Amino acid sequence: MPHRRSSAQHSQVRPLFEYAIVRRAFLDAFAKLDPRVQLRNPVMFVVAVGALLTTAFWLRDFFTHGGAVGFDFAIAAWLWFTVLFANFAEAVAEGRGKAQAEHLRRTKSDTIARRRTPDGAIEEISASRLRRGDVVVVDAGEIVPGDGDIVEGAATIDESAITGESAPVVREAGGDRSAVTGGTRVLSDSIVVRIATNPGESFLDRMIALVEGAQRQKTPNEIALSILLSALTIVFVLVVATLSPFLSFTGTHASTVVLVALLVCLIPTTIGGLLSAIGIAGMDRVMQRNVLATSGRAVEASGDVDTLLLDKTGTITLGNRQASEILVAPGCDAEAARLAALLSSLSDETPEGRSLITLARSLLGEASENIPEGSTFVPFSAYTRMSGVDLPDGRKIRKGAPDSVVTWCKEFGPGRNPLAGEVERVARRGETPLLLAVDGEIVALIALKDILKPMMSERFARLRAMGIRTVMITGDNPLTAAAIAKEAGVDDFLAEATPEAKMNLIKREQSAGRLVAMTGDGTNDAPALAQADVGVAMNSGTQAAKEAANMIDLDSDPTKLIEVVEIGKQLLMTRGALTTFSIANDVAKYFAILPALFISSYPAMAALNIMHLATPQSAILSAIIFNALIIIALIPLAIRGVRYEPRGAAVALRTNVLIYGLGGVIVPFVGIKAIDLLLQALHLAG
Amino acid sequence: MSLTGWLQAALVFGALLALTKPLGSYMFAVFTGRRTRLSPVLAPVEAAIYRLGGVGVDDEMSWQRYTFAMLAFSAISFFYLFVLLLVQGWLPLNPQHFPNLSPGLAWNTAISFLTNTNWQFYAGESTLSYLSQMAGLAWHNFVSAGVGIAIAIAVVRGITAKTATTLGSFWVDLTRACLYVLLPISAALAIVYVAQGIPQNFTPYRTVATISGGRQTITGGPMASQEAIKDLGTNGGGFVNANSASPNENPTPLTNVLEVLSILLIGASLTYTYGKMAGDTGQGWALFAAMSVLFVIGFGVMYHAEAAGNPLLHHLGVRGGNMVGKESRFGIAGSALFDEASTATSCGAVNAMLDSFMPLGGLVAMVNLQLGEVVFGGVGSGLYGMLEFVVLTVFIAGLMVGRTPELLGKKIERREVQLALLAFLVTPLMVLVPTAIAVLIPAGTATLGNSGPHGFSEILYAFTSANANNGSAFAGLGDNRFFNISTGIVMFFGRFFMAIPLLALAGSLAEKKKVVAGRGTFSTSSTTFVVLLIGTILIVGALTFLPVDALGPIADHYLLHSGRTF
Amino acid sequence: MSKHFWTALRMTAISVVIFGFCYPIAIWGIGRAAFSWQSSGSYVRVGDRIVGSAIVGQLWRGARYFHGRPSAAGKEGYDPTATGGSNLGPDSKILLAREVRSIARLQRSNPTVGTPPVDLVTDSGSGIDPDISPADARYQAPRVAAARKLALDRVLALISKETHGRTLGILGEPRINVLALNLALDRLR
Repeated sequence: MPHRRSSAQHSQVRPLFEYAIVRRAFLDAFAKLDPRVQLRNPVMFVVAVGALLTTAFWLRDFFTHGGAVGFDFAIAAWLWFTVLFANFAEAVAEGRGKAQAEHLRRTKSDTIARRRTPDGAIEEISASRLRRGDVVVVDAGEIVPGDGDIVEGAATIDESAITGESAPVVREAGGDRSAVTGGTRVLSDSIVVRIATNPGESFLDRMIALVEGAQRQKTPNEIALSILLSALTIVFVLVVATLSPFLSFTGTHASTVVLVALLVCLIPTTIGGLLSAIGIAGMDRVMQRNVLATSGRAVEASGDVDTLLLDKTGTITLGNRQASEILVAPGCDAEAARLAALLSSLSDETPEGRSLITLARSLLGEASENIPEGSTFVPFSAYTRMSGVDLPDGRKIRKGAPDSVVTWCKEFGPGRNPLAGEVERVARRGETPLLLAVDGEIVALIALKDILKPMMSERFARLRAMGIRTVMITGDNPLTAAAIAKEAGVDDFLAEATPEAKMNLIKREQSAGRLVAMTGDGTNDAPALAQADVGVAMNSGTQAAKEAANMIDLDSDPTKLIEVVEIGKQLLMTRGALTTFSIANDVAKYFAILPALFISSYPAMAALNIMHLATPQSAILSAIIFNALIIIALIPLAIRGVRYEPRGAAVALRTNVLIYGLGGVIVPFVGIKAIDLLLQALHLAG
Repeated sequence: MSLTGWLQAALVFGALLALTKPLGSYMFAVFTGRRTRLSPVLAPVEAAIYRLGGVGVDDEMSWQRYTFAMLAFSAISFFYLFVLLLVQGWLPLNPQHFPNLSPGLAWNTAISFLTNTNWQFYAGESTLSYLSQMAGLAWHNFVSAGVGIAIAIAVVRGITAKTATTLGSFWVDLTRACLYVLLPISAALAIVYVAQGIPQNFTPYRTVATISGGRQTITGGPMASQEAIKDLGTNGGGFVNANSASPNENPTPLTNVLEVLSILLIGASLTYTYGKMAGDTGQGWALFAAMSVLFVIGFGVMYHAEAAGNPLLHHLGVRGGNMVGKESRFGIAGSALFDEASTATSCGAVNAMLDSFMPLGGLVAMVNLQLGEVVFGGVGSGLYGMLEFVVLTVFIAGLMVGRTPELLGKKIERREVQLALLAFLVTPLMVLVPTAIAVLIPAGTATLGNSGPHGFSEILYAFTSANANNGSAFAGLGDNRFFNISTGIVMFFGRFFMAIPLLALAGSLAEKKKVVAGRGTFSTSSTTFVVLLIGTILIVGALTFLPVDALGPIADHYLLHSGRTF
Repeated sequence: MSKHFWTALRMTAISVVIFGFCYPIAIWGIGRAAFSWQSSGSYVRVGDRIVGSAIVGQLWRGARYFHGRPSAAGKEGYDPTATGGSNLGPDSKILLAREVRSIARLQRSNPTVGTPPVDLVTDSGSGIDPDISPADARYQAPRVAAARKLALDRVLALISKETHGRTLGILGEPRINVLALNLALDRLR
């Protein structure tokens, strides 16, 4: 198995504020002042309108020499900053994707495709004109012109343009490794590919669109949250709009500028300004782990997953099993049995066979032997479920699945199995028993052991801590499956799995109210991938699997799902945490602005100025400045996401309420006071 | 504050705690159609009602049909009372020969009883005939409370349903609420009340010559029966103008605590019913706990403010707590307990005049209303109001644990958030905007009983109380056409634009698949959640109303203590 | 849909019969049978003459009787057909002026004792509060004793006798029914 770079290495540790990204984001922040862009975000739209209004008031006062010109100017300026900061946050998040998109676009430079016409002739056309169903020929050194499946031949392919993975992969016609992606390069051999997508819909196109956020649609939770934020905004518009008549009842006139300032402080600008950045950055984090999610919805859904179905082979265990033990049948010569085991495998090129050679050699010591001239190797077939060798001396050695071997033995005699008990015991241990027979007589049992991938039980414990149940899917018999499941630390297993059994399991889990995620790569996985709430297809898999899935792992690493789940959860948590923080902030802002607003009507209300802010002007300005700066201060958090640790919901809730709820109440008190002191020191506010 | 004052509150609270489970279980049995101890007596009556009313017991209703039935009944019951008040002068059982009510007052009174507000622009003892009182107001006390309970039960059914398209039958729920819950408890209380001295007669008022040479007209009427349902149904509309301050409605310290208890009783017990219907009584106790915390805080602040007394009076050498508008037999503790209970729930009955409370005492009453009457709350409306906050809290909390939020296994998504917020927006809209209009127009300030920030509080309190369907008042505010009509509209919105979105929410939740709870789901019965729920209620309330309260009671407080008078 | 309205109409009629008529009339019947005095209004008689209700406070004139608290019910106060409080806020100039006048009047009529207890200068919620606190009574005792030429001790003893403690020791406040106290006073020859 080619070793891929671990995903940790893959998620390029890109500095948060790369110069190029920041520079472009800076310009984009201004471009996003376009009202059509602002309207998409009701909270920030209100701020923009407020900024316009205060600017108008400042201009009026400036030309009529009335009012508090300097104060109005400061408020107007900081309101514009608030809008720009929010735009900047979004632009920075987008910028990271855009940089990646540009890289991909270079790959997409127009290639020439050699299309095979129905009469067998070859014509050269632009790759961008290829349509679904076209058949093209690609030779070594050429770029694959579009997504599709290999229909003839096999080739090694460099997929680094898409996956960043430099080791070439093998793709061949038929089976589960037939898909090729446009933009990758054929390194050796020649293949014939049937194109599977129309222009503009290719994998590369989708990838570019996704990383650019061009087709970014709000996810369901994001929409629900936007509704909440809009409702809060409406409440505060009502609160502030009615404040003016109330103040006039007390005989005070409140300046519109101050009321706008109050409104902007109260509406949830922090989360409102960062909401889209959080979503874009979340998708970006998924991309950085080399997972292509077809929508933000899929990422969000992965955060809700309750049950995770994992294929045993390749996910939980290394693909190949190793011989771990040779048990000699009672009454047989141990030496002879081991030798038979060795001989049976000398021509066996499978990893299992090679591991048996290694084991037998180590047991036999230096008495290693080569295969005698004239031996005939009997390869494994799905029908016989045995392999072996016919020696020149006429001896036939077979090894294979116990029942097959016993059946074979019956051709020679009674077919008695002296190791029946051992077979059972080995299976129960989670190992695969093979019987070794010579001329119809069972001489030994070979135990093949599944080798668990390193660190798997830690990963499952992590999932369990998140509240996700793992189910191992395997073709093994229930005994073996149970033992491996226990050793790997998964919660449950499905043994002797067929595609139908897999499908039924998903439906059963779903009807019990659980969200199911699964990984798959084969064509026969496609229905299950489509049925699962979150389906992750391996990039090495078939086109059918990739189309049925809502995420594609470019590294073809089935355990990647765990990271996607974490990102999904982190995405929601970041939104929740910043919403809580934003709302909690309002308490301090009230204590800054309300005394400033009421003090002229009722001087006794100075008692509410618990922060002892110097002057009403300074109090209002400090609150507005804090409100703007907190957006900038939280951009890193919005883009990286809040710290995620797998733990029960109760603990997570308590911790986040404490940090973002209580913290959200306290931080602005400190911040506003500090800004007030600074303004005083610099004589910036009256 | 005194120890006995706190002990009295503790006794009432202890009794409430003790009764919550039995009554909650009883209501669970009633609304899930199980037999109860009262079935042998009441089941035949119930069957007769269905037969006469043409109601099918198994007529399961979708949320839309349920809502429509509720609205149809509300419309009919409104018109019935409206017309009854308009023509009472021509009807029997009117020994004082009170004339017909003016259309404005009739509209206000009818809508206020329809919505379980029971705002008293009417003065019962000088405007309403015995017929209007018993067959109008007291009857409405039953059915509007019954409607509230029915809605709450329907909402709970929606939330706790496995997967359903219906919420039950409105007529059956209404009948059972009135017949099995309200009637027996009211009857028991009414008999105790008569024994304690509340009149129950149909004789005309009697004018007597007093010993020191004056004359006094002593009122009468079927008061005890009305008093019982007035509190139990958290209606709060008094038989007489002074409501439960009047010895006719509340003659002894014992009736006082019984009234407090009956005000809180159904609201508290419904939390247990909710828990039982959810199959997890912890869910109910969590709401009970959140409500209790808010209740105790409210009582403590109110009691403290009133016991501290008026500094202006202290300057004159008169020591002691603030007794203006309070009765000797209840004292400060008994008044604070009653009025905290009555404003925390949507009852609105008073045994002391809130307008004369200290600013902070009045603030507590006002904040209770502004929080949406969720501290035990109105019968039924308290529970569904609280569930609206639960939905919002679950939504934010759910995000914070990184999962699409769920309430009892039902996903809270766009539609649910939308509906909860629709209900949530009614309060600021219906309180702030009418108050702003009132301060801007002459009719809005013409009938103030006080000036300065306290006068502002009177207007603010009127709309807050109308919206919250409470009915208590800073009663210095007099009625006029503007307030009759505007508070009527606000009461209407406060009731139905809260109930309908919640029913829609229940309908939407009912259809959802129940998701199983795992470690990744936070528990809505944990302490953390209770704390978060309280936090949400307080912060949402504070953010909406802090500015306006600051100009009313809070300004009042600071100015009073700086020695200013108005 | 119109079916709902018909059902609503019928349910309204049925419920008016049950809750609007049967229920209050049943309570009335039980009240008459079991608590006839209370249900008809707790009338207090002197001889054959009804002089008031035990639960309703009344206006007292003259130095010979104990007085109740200030009342905002009706023009003169203590009008059961116009119950209610003053509804004046704690920082009301009118309320403060009233309280100042009350204090002055009380100090004039009770010259031997200092500032009056708070209940006697504050109007009650109902305006027909039948009770006063023991402190209120003791404050007025010297005046009543002097007007009736009784020993102060006897009056004070009567006050103690007429004082109702808190129900169950914790409910409500200790109180004295003014009508009962004055009637007892009249019987004290």
